[in-house]
Amino acid sequence: MLAPEVILADPETIAKYEVVIGLEVHVQLKTATKIFSPSSHEFGNDPNTQTDPVVLGLPGALPVLNRAAVEQGIRASLAINCKINRKSVFARKNYFYPDLPKGYQISQFDEPLAEHGWVDIELEDGTAKRIGVTRLHLEEDAGKNTHDGYRDSDQYSYVDLNRAGAPLAEIVSEPDMRSSDEAFAYLTAIKQLVQFSGASDCDMEKGQLRCDVNVSVRPKGQQEFGTRAEVKNVNSFRFAKAAIEYEIARQVAIVEDGGKIVQETRLFNNTTGETTSMRSKEEAHDYRYFPEPDLPPLIVDDKWLGEIRDSMPELPPAKRQRFIDEYGVSEYDARVLIASKETSDYFETAAKLSGDPKMVANWVQGELTGALNTAEKSVAESPISAEGLAELLKLLADGTLSSKLAKDVFGKMFASGKPAAEIIESEGLKQISDTGELEKIIDGIIAANPGQVETYRGGKTGILAFFVGQVMKATRGQANPKAVNELLVKKLAG
Amino acid sequence: MAVDNYSSLTVDAIQQGLRSKAFSAVEIAQEAQRFCEAENPTYGAFLSFCAARALNAAEAVDKKLADGEDPGALAGVPIAIKDVILVEGEKNTCASKILENFVAPYTATAVQRIEQAGALVIGKANCDEFAMGSSNENSAYYPVKNPAAPDRVPGGSSGGSAAAVAAGMAPLALGSETGGSIRQPASFCGVVGVLPTYGRVSRYGLSAFASSLDHIGPFSRNVKDSARLLGVMAGKDPRDSTSAGAAVADYVAGLDGNVKGMKLGVPKEYFAAGLDPEVKTRVEEAIAALEKLGCEMVDISLPHTEYAVATYYLICTAEASANLARYDGVRYTMRSKNAETLSEMYRNTRHEGFGKEVTRRIILGTYVLSSGYYEAYYRKAQKVRRLIYQDFKNAFAKVDAIVTPVSPSPAFPLGAKTSDPLEMYLSDIYTITSCLAGNCGISVPCGATSEGLPVGLQILADHFAEDKMFRLADAYENR
Repeated sequence: MLAPEVILADPETIAKYEVVIGLEVHVQLKTATKIFSPSSHEFGNDPNTQTDPVVLGLPGALPVLNRAAVEQGIRASLAINCKINRKSVFARKNYFYPDLPKGYQISQFDEPLAEHGWVDIELEDGTAKRIGVTRLHLEEDAGKNTHDGYRDSDQYSYVDLNRAGAPLAEIVSEPDMRSSDEAFAYLTAIKQLVQFSGASDCDMEKGQLRCDVNVSVRPKGQQEFGTRAEVKNVNSFRFAKAAIEYEIARQVAIVEDGGKIVQETRLFNNTTGETTSMRSKEEAHDYRYFPEPDLPPLIVDDKWLGEIRDSMPELPPAKRQRFIDEYGVSEYDARVLIASKETSDYFETAAKLSGDPKMVANWVQGELTGALNTAEKSVAESPISAEGLAELLKLLADGTLSSKLAKDVFGKMFASGKPAAEIIESEGLKQISDTGELEKIIDGIIAANPGQVETYRGGKTGILAFFVGQVMKATRGQANPKAVNELLVKKLAG
Repeated sequence: MAVDNYSSLTVDAIQQGLRSKAFSAVEIAQEAQRFCEAENPTYGAFLSFCAARALNAAEAVDKKLADGEDPGALAGVPIAIKDVILVEGEKNTCASKILENFVAPYTATAVQRIEQAGALVIGKANCDEFAMGSSNENSAYYPVKNPAAPDRVPGGSSGGSAAAVAAGMAPLALGSETGGSIRQPASFCGVVGVLPTYGRVSRYGLSAFASSLDHIGPFSRNVKDSARLLGVMAGKDPRDSTSAGAAVADYVAGLDGNVKGMKLGVPKEYFAAGLDPEVKTRVEEAIAALEKLGCEMVDISLPHTEYAVATYYLICTAEASANLARYDGVRYTMRSKNAETLSEMYRNTRHEGFGKEVTRRIILGTYVLSSGYYEAYYRKAQKVRRLIYQDFKNAFAKVDAIVTPVSPSPAFPLGAKTSDPLEMYLSDIYTITSCLAGNCGISVPCGATSEGLPVGLQILADHFAEDKMFRLADAYENR
């Protein structure tokens, strides 16, 4: 049987409705070990090499809370302006699934680690808005089921528990977003804040940041919320935006047709860009939450909280202002430079070493970003270190390199990973500013082109460019253009 | 050199025998194995034996003795471990079909500590499946027979541990208790059984039944041996967040027989209707004996006692329903062969793997926690639990200890209560309260009925007041 065709509303109809969006973001916290046991949760290792009695859910194994995971959870909470609860309680969330070894997930339920936070978002058109954060709670990640790729995949599924027990912070927003753009901006802000707090690298390719989207629609002006659908399995911000837009069109069409939205969980298919029903409210799990008897309540006292607060790294809003004040970069540049922790660290290191922050800002946004994009690399993977870029820009500043040469050298550094000095040395790329050397070359060119000299002296000074070109050709582009110009004008004047 | 009185050896006798070279630890291990294998078909106290492990441990003890090193407080002492407590490399079935072939990949903290003290783990003791039961008849393998009266149950769930000690198969045993599973079989079999304060002994490696109620505790032939065994196991374990850091007293050194002036509470609720008259008489005689030793008796009330059984079965089943979810056919349990889909695998594995009582409790607990019922059952039970705790706190503000019967009746015949779970649950009525409150208690033999069935005296003490409890029990035992 074919699935009934989904009708999507057109933009004109959609415009009559308001969308209400709430997001649940799962962030994997950066710790050496799992949240309740001593195994590593490093990404990408052979299946089931990071297990222990607790991870495997063996009889008699007991969870022991990882202090570092709590500290990272608190850092993330502070970054999004949450109040830390001095007492929070772990609870068991019961359901059966092969990637959940104990048959329950240890999470937090009615007494989470942190509550009542907010983040400020800014849209591309410059509008600012504050989005409420309901809560942040700690929990353990599940493992991973693999249903294909093995010789007997037609009969069996495989379970990898390397990720099971990795520490997660679940960040739940208020239903404050009113467009897919706001949701995108919220996700960007959360990622940026959590990353800067040091709580997580938020590397989405390693599954360190995942999100579920709650979407409902209501006719504009209506006070009460419409029935919401939850969309799971959204693993990029772009997909979140697409899933929301699809849901809006789907839900508006149903409401317009006089139908009712079903409260349900839907799955986003990132190939088709569509969402499909996963389970209805009736099929929803009864998780039978109850307080985890193996763990005493988590108490965060003033001293501990104070220590964590004092050790908090600088967060994006403060950093942006400081870049403007301290380095004199523009508001726009500052915003671009703090887009990610890596970029801001890169900029600041290079700015300090080079002594010319504005030039660094230009190069980071121009040459570096361009080259990285082409190579599909992140700042962290850049073949040119911040120190290397500073070194190059110093050579540009002191006239050793012309800006054209500097760009050539940059390209070679990026390709080879070698420092600027080494490339300049081996390729003999140094700018020639030595007037004696240049004079000799210029004298030769003047002597060899009497006709052109005549023209110049006849008043057609535009021909100067011809002489500059000749000098550059003779020096393989290494002549200092300013010096060449001055010398030529002097010599041609006769 | 020979071990000729194996079945009556105490810890002290073994220490003396080893030091005087009357026998070696290896000879004890060999005799333990011979004796147990001969007796086990009669009583069914063990589900498996650890002969090689015991022999290795015994060799290590003998070597230490030969080298003049301290072999430990339990050197050369054979011990039976209830089959819910993990010992690396040995089977751990929890007396269930679902773990029939499960071999423990790590050792429980309590067992680690007693092995470090030189004890010889000789085998895994039979019990009710997943420690759920009061007669040991819920073992998926075979029931245990009471050595004092082989047509009777040994009590449960630690029936195998109690029977192993009573039958002379081991001078010491480890049991576990969630509602009465150590003290009740100790009283039925006529041996000493101890419920330590919750948190006193690490639960790491104890297959969980109800985490907030589960305890590991000792069985022995006399009070002193239990005191010694608990002293070795007790203390904070970083692998169990609910284990307590409270200081552990030298329990054995505290056994000075001086109990003069100690105030003992006699709660009226524990001597009411339903108590077997002969049990009542034996316990009253024991109370009189304690009075003669200089204790002062005080009438007290623990007013919320009548709610204990209901409260207990709400909490323990709720926790059990989550704790037993891990036995799912995915990793180390048996897996049903009659399954095509994932949900069939879960359902059939658990249906085929779990016995009736375990299934009953999982279903009850699942219901108790269900959306819409949580407040009425689980939350309310937690509130009543708090009241029962407060009853004990109020009592211990006035008295040093509380004396009561352990169980309303002596050991009952095999099969007598298997068809009536509620009747079975009531045999733990006097022990459930202190499991809910978390304080400590001991069962000490105090004579027998006219039919020769052992009766136990229960002495309850405040949280972490095991020293007082042992001193009283030892003074009574050696009156």
